[in-house]
Amino acid sequence: MAITLSGDQAMPGPPLSSRLTPAQVWGIILLAPYLLVFLAFVVYPVGYGLWLARAPANYVALYNDPIFARAAVNTLIFLVIGINIKMLIALFLSGFFAQQRTWIKWLSVIFILPWAVPSIPTILSVRFMLNPEWGMINHFIFSFTGDDGPNWLNDPTVALTMAIAVHIWKSLPFWTLILITGRLAISHDLFEAAEVDGASWWQKFRYITWPSMQTLYITCTLLSMIWTLGDFNSVYLLTGGGPADLTHVLATLGIRYLRLDQLSLAMASIVCAMPFVLPLVYFMMKRLSR
Amino acid sequence: MKLPTLREVGTEARLLLIGIPVFLWTMIPIYHMFLFAISPKEDAFSGKLWPDHPTLHNFEIVFKQQHYFLRDFYIQFWNSTVIAVSVGVLTLFIATAAAFSISRLRVPGGRVVMNLALFTYFIPAAFLAVPMYRTMGNYGLLNNHWSLILAMVTIASPYAIWVLKQASDKLPVELDEAAVMDGATTLQIFRLVYLPLMMPSLVAIGTYAVLLAWNEYLYAFLLLSNDREITLPVALGNFLAADDSPWELLMTTGFIYALPPAAIYYAFRRYMVGGLTAGAVKS
Repeated sequence: MAITLSGDQAMPGPPLSSRLTPAQVWGIILLAPYLLVFLAFVVYPVGYGLWLARAPANYVALYNDPIFARAAVNTLIFLVIGINIKMLIALFLSGFFAQQRTWIKWLSVIFILPWAVPSIPTILSVRFMLNPEWGMINHFIFSFTGDDGPNWLNDPTVALTMAIAVHIWKSLPFWTLILITGRLAISHDLFEAAEVDGASWWQKFRYITWPSMQTLYITCTLLSMIWTLGDFNSVYLLTGGGPADLTHVLATLGIRYLRLDQLSLAMASIVCAMPFVLPLVYFMMKRLSR
Repeated sequence: MKLPTLREVGTEARLLLIGIPVFLWTMIPIYHMFLFAISPKEDAFSGKLWPDHPTLHNFEIVFKQQHYFLRDFYIQFWNSTVIAVSVGVLTLFIATAAAFSISRLRVPGGRVVMNLALFTYFIPAAFLAVPMYRTMGNYGLLNNHWSLILAMVTIASPYAIWVLKQASDKLPVELDEAAVMDGATTLQIFRLVYLPLMMPSLVAIGTYAVLLAWNEYLYAFLLLSNDREITLPVALGNFLAADDSPWELLMTTGFIYALPPAAIYYAFRRYMVGGLTAGAVKS
């Protein structure tokens, strides 16, 4: 399939159309709609955005903006701690859902709900549950202890933790589903043999499950990190970046600058994330474009 | 029927010890939304697990548009529907044509286009939103449904092309060769051989694109702002503008908004699980 025509296009010869077969002409026509979309809505915006972010003054302004530093740290916490916790739970639950039980089959159908429903109403639902005066959680705390519960979303650490929890709630089913597929692909004979040899639960995981799933697991973790960088909803709809702009992540910060009409700052903050994003993207592309 | 051994009871108990928290964790936010939808305002705010007087009154208010925040409910529902369906149709058209071209016709440069598409797939959506907003302004499309439709098609297409290309690569080349022998033109092969064989993947991709567009919040709220042009999720976000938001109505509208995608998801689950998750991450 390595017969690329790009090489001989450079050579002088008869006009292009007469050297292409009808099938190739159709190929170009059918590819054209996507190419148009790509040029108009990816190449042009990205190029234009980079051009806006070219002035070094933008980066000085970002460096001097404490909200930017805070957002960068929050993003790292979100990715490094949040995603790893999520993937560990997903790995654990994939083992649970791989059990052959009727009730577990039914539970897995319910378990997918957070992924199947849109995030806006459910995140807002959580937001109200955490309301210090009227929310259900503080009502419970009050009726059990007689004390007022904490003002959940008013403390930056707690608020960010809650945003991570919401993110986990929403995307855990998807990753669990993928890890279940990976787990079910392991030959059952291996486990039976291990059973006969008297292997413990941990030994079975360590020597059978993990070796066959580690590539999938690491790929999933990296992919989830890339996508989570773009997770605007979990933070914006729960905390709105507050209190005092202390819970922003890069995804919401870019939009904040945009709303303040500081487009070049917004682009510059995204450019700053690229040294972390591009290696991940490069790795993923190598894996998927085979 | 023999009695379970002590060990079996132990295993079952341990499984339940995982299963019950998983069930609660999954259901609480959704149940909370449902609870608000069937509660009068006083019950909703009192932290009860079940309202004293469950009612469908909230739904009546929504369906009769009897609240300031709800006066354009139907037109917003319609906007969401039109945009989701348009994105589904356009994405299917663009991605199927591209996948056929790259995988079956082996168009020159197809591999490069595939890689560029994959690269787009990995740009975090919130990052692309910033320049996309300005671009749509430059094109004069802000506050026009086309801006959201085109933005969502841009985001949905890369994954769609990739999944469809993977599926096309699995179809035997002999099919095309046999059709060419019989004198079929390229378009006839596309219509009569390719499309019927690709049907399951096309259903999966169409559903994927429709749900993606229906659920989208960020792009919708950036690109559309006029009350009669916005989609439902943006309208839900606008509820928060007031200090004394009618949360019971917000949750009711949210519940109505969440039903169609959940129903579509479960109806097409067979296709979604086979067509999408297996393709999402190749080990």
